[in-house]
Amino acid sequence: MECTFEPVILCFCCQWCSYAAADLAGSMRLQYPTNVKILKVPCTGRVDVISLLKALEEGADGVFVSGCLIGDCHYVLGNQRATKRVAYVKKLVETIGLNPERVEMFYNSSAMGPQFAQCCRDFTDRIRNLGPVCKIEKTATGPTPEQRASA
Amino acid sequence: MSNSKAGSSKGSVLVVGAGVAGMQASLDLANSGYYVHLADKSPTIGGIMAQLDKTFPTNDCAMCIISPKLVEVGRHLNINILCNSEVQSLEGEAGNFTATLKTHPRYIDLASCTACGQCRSVCPVTAVNEFNQKLDLREAAYMRYPQAIPGGFAIDRGICIGCGMCEKVCLAGAVHYDDQPRMTEIEVGAVILAPGNEVFDPSGLDTLNYAKFPNVVTSIEFERILSASGPYRGSLMRPYDRQEPEKIAWIQCVGSRSTNGCANSYCSAVCCIYAIKEAVIAKEHAHHDLDCSIFFMDMRTYGKEFEQYYNRAKELGVKFIRSRVHTIEAEGEADLKIRYTAEDGELREDVFDMAVLSTGFEVGLETVALADRLGIDLNKHNYAATDVFMPVSTSRPGVYVCGTLQGPKDIPQSVMEASGAAAAGGALLAESRWTQTRTREYPPKRDVSSEPAKIGVFVCNCGINIGGIVDVAAVREYARTLPNVIHVEDNLFTCSQDTQVRMAEVIRQKGINRMVVAACTPLTHEPLFRETLLEAGLNKYLFDMANIRNQDSWVHMHERAKATEKAKVLVRMSVARAAMLKQLEDRKVGITQSALVVGGGVAGLNAALNLAGQGFKAFLVEKETRLGGLAEKISRTIEGTNVKPYIDGLVEQVRTNGSIEVLTQASLTSFKGYKGNFTSTVEAGPDKAEHTIEHGVAILATGAHEHKPVEYGYGTNERIMTQLELDEMIEHPPAEKDPGKWKRVVMIQCVGSRNKQNPDCSRICCQSAVKHALQLKETNPEMEIYILYRDMRMYGMLEDYYMEARRNGIVFARFDTDKEPEVRTNGTGLAVVFSDHVLQRWVKIAADAVVLSAATRANDTDAIASQLKVPRNANGFFIEAHAKLRPVDFASEGIFLCGTAHSPKLIGESVTQALAAASRAGSFLAGKTLSVGGAVAHVDGQRCAACLVCVRSCPYNIPKINEEQVSEINEALCQGCGTCVSECPAKAIELSHYEHNQILASIHALLAGH
Repeated sequence: MECTFEPVILCFCCQWCSYAAADLAGSMRLQYPTNVKILKVPCTGRVDVISLLKALEEGADGVFVSGCLIGDCHYVLGNQRATKRVAYVKKLVETIGLNPERVEMFYNSSAMGPQFAQCCRDFTDRIRNLGPVCKIEKTATGPTPEQRASA
Repeated sequence: MSNSKAGSSKGSVLVVGAGVAGMQASLDLANSGYYVHLADKSPTIGGIMAQLDKTFPTNDCAMCIISPKLVEVGRHLNINILCNSEVQSLEGEAGNFTATLKTHPRYIDLASCTACGQCRSVCPVTAVNEFNQKLDLREAAYMRYPQAIPGGFAIDRGICIGCGMCEKVCLAGAVHYDDQPRMTEIEVGAVILAPGNEVFDPSGLDTLNYAKFPNVVTSIEFERILSASGPYRGSLMRPYDRQEPEKIAWIQCVGSRSTNGCANSYCSAVCCIYAIKEAVIAKEHAHHDLDCSIFFMDMRTYGKEFEQYYNRAKELGVKFIRSRVHTIEAEGEADLKIRYTAEDGELREDVFDMAVLSTGFEVGLETVALADRLGIDLNKHNYAATDVFMPVSTSRPGVYVCGTLQGPKDIPQSVMEASGAAAAGGALLAESRWTQTRTREYPPKRDVSSEPAKIGVFVCNCGINIGGIVDVAAVREYARTLPNVIHVEDNLFTCSQDTQVRMAEVIRQKGINRMVVAACTPLTHEPLFRETLLEAGLNKYLFDMANIRNQDSWVHMHERAKATEKAKVLVRMSVARAAMLKQLEDRKVGITQSALVVGGGVAGLNAALNLAGQGFKAFLVEKETRLGGLAEKISRTIEGTNVKPYIDGLVEQVRTNGSIEVLTQASLTSFKGYKGNFTSTVEAGPDKAEHTIEHGVAILATGAHEHKPVEYGYGTNERIMTQLELDEMIEHPPAEKDPGKWKRVVMIQCVGSRNKQNPDCSRICCQSAVKHALQLKETNPEMEIYILYRDMRMYGMLEDYYMEARRNGIVFARFDTDKEPEVRTNGTGLAVVFSDHVLQRWVKIAADAVVLSAATRANDTDAIASQLKVPRNANGFFIEAHAKLRPVDFASEGIFLCGTAHSPKLIGESVTQALAAASRAGSFLAGKTLSVGGAVAHVDGQRCAACLVCVRSCPYNIPKINEEQVSEINEALCQGCGTCVSECPAKAIELSHYEHNQILASIHALLAGH
């Protein structure tokens, strides 16, 4: 049977290195699957556990974080913090029966457009092979972030 | 146009050359209140640094660290970039120059070009790509590199066939084939020359066969090979067959330290360390264990912490072969046989897959002609002639020099010198500060905090860059259906000037209070659209961008339907986020217009004097009773200039300057406040009177001292002395022990340096030894002088003196750490035993004196480092904010460093660094006010349990537990990374503009419907 599964993949990029790498991949016209959607954060240090879990809970099939190369973080240690959190989230999702491979940490400097595109291709392939995430149903009364903000 | 005082100087500066030095000088000056014209002969700014892959010693990606500077220069209101421009003449005098510039045609109008790249895609012509060192091809319509500033194309009419295709496809109408050269006259008060160097072309060296063998490349070609955005996209390959090499050789000193085949007898000062870096990075790139060998004469890793980098490379298996390379010959189809003379004199050979020539720097002929047109003197090597104590001043008053035209140097030295030149220029024009700068006035801001979100969505076609792939009309109509959206439209070029004006109008008319632009990338265009918001009377933070070009249409060119769907998702995410965005106010805080300078040596004196020249008050704090510092113990420089008159003059100028308050026998007892407004208390004078000093910035110039050796029997015999003690004896010969009467002297290098306790090189001891050896030889030509060394680190022009020393018969004998020399005393007799590397046996010689080239050690700064909370390395030298691009800044803003407190250096280098620190401090003070707040972190005290997680996780130690026992983050100090926000277990901290709800709104919008 032909596989028609198109995973939804969220990628957090820091604004200094990896977001620039993603832009460079564009300048170089390097092609990668449309599944990856990028969310810019000032530093991967801002990517918290709840954001990663929330993405999976709401139905993302895979989430990855792309930061500066280790040692090159614009904010000294943000990417190392993010690395630890990603490792922690991997353990957490495993305990609830999700494959930890759905969460990953990558490092791309702003000159690494080709490598960034490759990360997108590889990660999409990985998630495609893992299949859809089993959607964790929201509690009936669970508010959306917008509702929560206006509350 | 100038509204400066009658007869006074012009408040603008011409900077020639827009490499890293020219850019730094421009930024410092523009931020200090001067209008800058930045001219470069190429179509873009960035210089050589933009071509480098990684930079030593941090292995930072060069493009990552230079691009924020490119962008900052590109959009600075007070920097006028003049590309393709050369200075034809310079009339007038310091303070009032008229420069004539010739601007060569670009054939593409930068004001209209949106860098969409259509012209390139249709261009039928191919030419070699100089940016990638001719390793690949480019079109005639080109941009030097993707991140280039100005972000516009140019047409290379040298190869263009004039087919007219680009003109036809350019929807912005930017192509002008009839563009003509233009002459412009500009009036400036000062000129800063930073035209840079050229890299030596080894084609003429027939023994190395660079021109003949494709696998012999230059170091700059190798940088492009390693670069992820280079011709091979970062794959390690050799040019001949695009195979990954398994064995690479680096050949040092190609075009340097040689008069054979080139005229460059000086040392290029950077090649040793960059060769090590290339070897280390190549090893990282290789898929197997890459064999790297560096063929060198002396390993000159003299810079700050470079020696440790060298040691790490050895641990990684990079081989260092002390030798002279004889020839590179062909071996088989494309391999290379390198024949070399090893240190033992044997001729050896080895076969490599590839050879990298570590080519040196030289001043290009065009620069020589420029210097002639500008009327500045060059030295015998064609570098700018400068005074040893005024290293940034050229022979023509009002014309300053920085970067590699001043002498071959690395990036941090260039950056320091650039700031130094800016300080010198700034002090010259101080009275005209802020007379020619421009400011932008905005309409009053509308407070929208109580309004419901009313979002306007502007979708860009970017010519056909987006519109050719993504169905822009469908995205626009989709946006109309999203919550809170009250206006949608699409534009051919959303970034064009006329669209900006119209957008501001639409925002005002429709009462839009949040703007979403779906276009290219916020990294280049967010500032522009924020400007439009300000023009429309809205807070600039009420904006979000959906990147549907770089991260959509360009990367999904063959999947139009999917790309359109993705664009819709990205717009949905942006709209959801925009609805949650809040106005953020940047608060203005006044800056105290004065500086505290700690340390009254050459660096501190120069820093204080320059700041006073710039018009600021300076407080100079010195722990001793006298000013002058370590330089008071140095009689002459290696160039033969007397130091004492210089120091005396400097002290006199400082003492009599009304803007400088000198406190001697002084120590800092407390330091409070934050950038812009510090309060320090100082105890000074014999009675320890307490002074309270209010200051906006602080400069640390605490200096260094000569290490008291514990090695080689120092202290057991008065004829075993240090270089500084010898200096005193040469200058004031004691009647009984006149050094002029010595028959034989042995000097021993690296005493207390490059060893286990102190792995760093002290940089200046090689030149101290050569200087004193030459002085002794001059007094007594019969004297036998031996210098026992490990590597003679006579970098840059110091090489001239090393050559002179060898010509004068001074004997240089090398030793390894496993065969260290030994000093033997027997009664009054003194002898040195050392292993001679030529004879390969131990030799014992009697000596009248043994001179130890002792290390330079940082002064004790324990107290001040903890008061100011500034970091130091293992050897007590202060650590700058960034080894490459912020060499005199501390990571804590408002605090700067200079002189030997940073690392050992020569007097001239200390002067440069002091001027650099004064420039950085001055440009900070010149702003008069400081914007604080914006996208920084805030603590909700109600939820804080004072668990200290934020205190521990902050990379800058900003969060503090306040009197109410909750965490508090100073908005003036927070850098806005959000690390504490993510770590806080109670979620008590929010990062403005990246709040939890804002991030979750994007995620929720992404997954809506899944």
